[in-house]
Amino acid sequence: MQVPSHVEYERATSVDHALLLLSRPDARVLAGGHSLIPMMKLRLAQPEMLVDINGLTELSYIRLDGSQLRIGALARHADLLDSPLAGQHFPIFHDAERVVADPIVRLWGTVGGSLCQADPSEDLSAAFAATHATAVIRGADGDREVPVREFHLGPYETVVGRGELLAEVRVPVQPGTGSAYEKVARRVGDWSVAAAGAVIRLDGKNGIAQAGIGLTAVGAEHFVAAEAEEYLRGRAPDEESFIEAGAIAAVHCHPVADQRGPEDYKRHLVAELTTRALRRATARATGPAAAGAKRRKAA
Amino acid sequence: MRVAVTVNGTDYARDVEPRLLLIHFLRDELGLTGSHWGCDTSNCGSCVVWLDARPVKACTVLAAMADGRIVRTVEGLERDGQLDPVQQGFVECHGLQCGFCTPGMMMTARWLLDRNPDPDEAEIREAISGQICRCTGYENIVRSVRWAAEHPEGPT
Amino acid sequence: MTGGFGSRPRKEDQRFIRGRGTYVDDVKLPGMLHGAVLRSPHPHARILSVDTVAAEAHPKVRAVLTGESLAKRDLAWMPTLSGDKQAVLATDKVRFQGQEVAFVVADDHYAARDALELIDVEYEPLPPVIDARQALDPGAPLVRDDHPGRADNHIFDWEAGDAERTDAVFRAAEVTVSQDMLYPRVHPAPLETCGIVADFEQISGKLTVWATSQAPHAHRTLYSMVTGLPEHKIRVVSPDIGGGFGSKVPIYPGYLCAIVGTMITGRPVKWMEDRSENLMSTAFARDFHMRGELAADRDGKIRAVRVQVLADHGAFNGAAQPSKYPAGFFGVFTGSYDLEAAHCQVTGVYTNKAPGGVAYSCSFRITEAVYLVERMVDVLAFELDMDPAELRMRNLLRPEQFPYTCQTGWVYDSGDYPRTLRMAMDLAGYEKLRAEQRAERGNGHLIGIGLSFFTEAVGAGPRKDMDILGIGMADGVELRVHPTGTAVLRISVQTQGQGHETTFAQIVAEELGLSPDDVEVVHGDTDQTPFGMGTYGSRSTPVSGAATAIVARKVRERARVVAAAMLEVDPDDLEWERGRWFVRGDPDSGRTIAEIAWAAHSNLELPDGVEGHLDATCVYNPPNLTYPFGAYICVVDVDPGTGKVDVRRFVAVDDCGVRINPMIVEGQVHGGLADGIGMALMENIAFDAEGNCLGGSFMDYLLPTALECPSWELGATVTPSPHHPIGAKGVGESATVGSPPAVVNAVIDALRPYGVRHADMPLTPAQVWRAIQGRPFRTDLAIS
Repeated sequence: MQVPSHVEYERATSVDHALLLLSRPDARVLAGGHSLIPMMKLRLAQPEMLVDINGLTELSYIRLDGSQLRIGALARHADLLDSPLAGQHFPIFHDAERVVADPIVRLWGTVGGSLCQADPSEDLSAAFAATHATAVIRGADGDREVPVREFHLGPYETVVGRGELLAEVRVPVQPGTGSAYEKVARRVGDWSVAAAGAVIRLDGKNGIAQAGIGLTAVGAEHFVAAEAEEYLRGRAPDEESFIEAGAIAAVHCHPVADQRGPEDYKRHLVAELTTRALRRATARATGPAAAGAKRRKAA
Repeated sequence: MRVAVTVNGTDYARDVEPRLLLIHFLRDELGLTGSHWGCDTSNCGSCVVWLDARPVKACTVLAAMADGRIVRTVEGLERDGQLDPVQQGFVECHGLQCGFCTPGMMMTARWLLDRNPDPDEAEIREAISGQICRCTGYENIVRSVRWAAEHPEGPT
Repeated sequence: MTGGFGSRPRKEDQRFIRGRGTYVDDVKLPGMLHGAVLRSPHPHARILSVDTVAAEAHPKVRAVLTGESLAKRDLAWMPTLSGDKQAVLATDKVRFQGQEVAFVVADDHYAARDALELIDVEYEPLPPVIDARQALDPGAPLVRDDHPGRADNHIFDWEAGDAERTDAVFRAAEVTVSQDMLYPRVHPAPLETCGIVADFEQISGKLTVWATSQAPHAHRTLYSMVTGLPEHKIRVVSPDIGGGFGSKVPIYPGYLCAIVGTMITGRPVKWMEDRSENLMSTAFARDFHMRGELAADRDGKIRAVRVQVLADHGAFNGAAQPSKYPAGFFGVFTGSYDLEAAHCQVTGVYTNKAPGGVAYSCSFRITEAVYLVERMVDVLAFELDMDPAELRMRNLLRPEQFPYTCQTGWVYDSGDYPRTLRMAMDLAGYEKLRAEQRAERGNGHLIGIGLSFFTEAVGAGPRKDMDILGIGMADGVELRVHPTGTAVLRISVQTQGQGHETTFAQIVAEELGLSPDDVEVVHGDTDQTPFGMGTYGSRSTPVSGAATAIVARKVRERARVVAAAMLEVDPDDLEWERGRWFVRGDPDSGRTIAEIAWAAHSNLELPDGVEGHLDATCVYNPPNLTYPFGAYICVVDVDPGTGKVDVRRFVAVDDCGVRINPMIVEGQVHGGLADGIGMALMENIAFDAEGNCLGGSFMDYLLPTALECPSWELGATVTPSPHHPIGAKGVGESATVGSPPAVVNAVIDALRPYGVRHADMPLTPAQVWRAIQGRPFRTDLAIS
């Protein structure tokens, strides 16, 4: 097997300890390690020191706090997939997590790790972007908040600086919301050929108050289909709108041909999957579960 | 650095390089060669063991990450000379051919059955979907796990 | 339990389920060192210099080998199984990405890997030959300038059949169809990679090698020829092997480097390749660019098949097949049909890619042959607008035609083909599926039903026809019954998961009436077993299984003589009922094999010329190949919006003659069917224009998981092989041979409303969608 080059290892005993260790220039966070260690084995990544934060269980939670779903960065993919709370408010997370990696990797890979790995084909980035989530970054001087839509600077690059740690992702919860994620891969567990996540919030009058559309693996800026989102605002959530939104999303992204597919196919998928995600998101916003939520709220 | 791990109920401590992968720690330091490796990219799953009671691909974690924790491998499936129903199921239902993926498959099956004692075929296939077998076409692996589910006390 | 055939759990399982198998990487010897190979990043480049000073200075490094240092021992090159030569470590040039350039021997595996980075190689990149279809263009870069006088990349031309008669039939035909199709480069990818532990003992001069070898005796002979070590001083042990599928037949450069390493250092050297090395440098499979043509009547009677093949052999001709068959057994492209004429022409070329070609359960290129003919039958069905099952039924060979000599000279031994196809159709509910397909097309829901009917040819092979590097393919076997009545069987074939420790014991049990638990099967150690050519091409049952039945019968006949002496009767007065000889007419008078065994070792007087003990040997020269066959039906659902294919069902009816252990037979079929899904839908080793290998990891070379495979539905017919002692034919590769065309035919069938006639494997979602648009792409090159 291919194996990593030499590296130092420290286990963080607290968040503050982790931040201190991470202030070294060539230190990297080791959470699940399921992005980093494979890269180290191929010697594509050669950090000098690994800061193991797996003991910081205070960063592993999924809870509803007022009108925010708060997800600790150390929450594992399996935690998010199994969370009834997350599934109730944002089925997009369940849809996405169901198709991330495989059941065993999901026990170890973390939500924070995936976002910080910033792989252009990473599913959670688009899912969180679609929900207009906010990243909470902790440093020695306290927390700062960055919209997930501004979190990624480019492939494998985020705004998390030296001596900082992604601590949490906050997702605004609003009534009348439905969400869904649609992915095509060549085989289960493979990276997306393309994927689309949609979050639809309806106004009281059968119009779209806000649409969030996240795109994976097609070079969409900040993983977002901003033009398609803009198009949908105020429109009726009908088939015609969904198809047009898909077409707009397909034009405003930059898929690159590779062994997963040629460019024209990827663009086609953007249109097709955006439309399907919008359809399902809307059905969830208006469907029986949504109706049930309204009744519970009224009671 | 010193890594201390409890494996199959026995405590071990070794001096190792921090970069040593858990799979190599188990196989080469401890001589527990029942867990295997088959790829470089965490895809094949022939290295699956338990770390703190959850399956993990041991090629994708450092031994250092297991320091102070509990590991279970295929060698620890048997208890007091008694085969686990999963092991017996694999024999009864021809769930293995070359045997290379088998330890990993059995560790995942044991974990599945501990959480879901009566899984249907779809749930079994989903549970092993992160692991590759080149010999069996998966059919008899599924049947083996079903056998274990139906014989939780082992063979009658 | 006494006797023989039937489903029963495997004896070998007991160690595997406890994690106590011994695979090569489990072997640990005192003082053992670890090797690692430095490989070329360039597909084609001159080597200007190799600087190993820094690597040699690494505190944990014990030796560094280069092409130059091997050349001093005359070991920089080694012969291939096709009579070519292959670089062990490159000297003048590198000729494929991933080619071996240097070998480090260090105290541990991690240090060996570190030391690779300390070796500095200066390359002068050269333009590579990547597109096989351009390999023979004038001015194409020359891959093998190490061959004196060579001016191009042409390796061989080979043909079979009657060109003139075939051309005449085509000219007169009512209908002809033609289709280009690629069988892409794929890889067997056994879960255990290749490797070796080599241990040279200085005082005795004995070399012991634990290796992932499907043919330990052949390896021993070849090592002797290549290294000059006398063969009786070489021992090859194949311990437990984690899958072979043909990829563990060749000798790889890493093996020889480890052997040189142990001889230089005086310590054991282990070398295990990683997965990317496995995918990028060990024997690939297929890579046949084919043009198929059928000539037929308008009513669907197929008259002739004509094929032209361009075979990409990579940088060295390392294909492993009997020497008179440079294109393997491709000659059975005549398929399962009654033809008037057939002709094929195969051209082999060099390219700047890894060597290989024959691997991945291909039965020596029969995967290619069956894919060709079964796709062509569907193309004809498409043109004639005829049901593909009906078209096949109309043309299948009839039972009374067997033994059948096909248009290229192969003598198919036995078969009732229509019965097998009918059974598959019944199991699938074929007519109901077609009705559902028609109904659902109205809703825009695409269902596809694909058939494949294959004839295999396995069990190489008769001495007069077949040899590998001049070594005949007869296999030896030795059976010894101990004084206390249990037995040991020593065989020359090499299981990699096929269950030989059980099935071969069952053969002896069937012949002698012992319990299979009382028969120990010894294999895999050349010091302990008779010579043979190993396990591949599904040959274990046809050849070694036959040898085993014969040797058991020899023992039974000796037992008769001993029993006659015990009972003081004439041997002709004795009758056999499984487990004992008894005096005809007096059933209580018998003697069991155990009793006879004791007597044979005792002081019982035996007739003149009869030797004591109860044992026999046999070397079996098969009179013919055996011809397993089958009918497969695949059902798929295709999402036209995404191109995603879901395999809903797969029905497989196999006829491999008599089944020694039906449970094991079914397991073999299950595994091969998964291969078909893999190759048809996702497996591919493509290259970009610069010669970069695009299938060098399991992230890129995708294998099917449990979620891509349906629950297989199997059926069986049994048509014994008339020339095999127990009527068995072998089955190891049947499903890998028969399944890819069934899956491809199903997908193309689903796309019928779009007028799609063909698209090349793998039918990934992208390829399916593109096929729907009328623009499928070449899959051997990078997608652009």
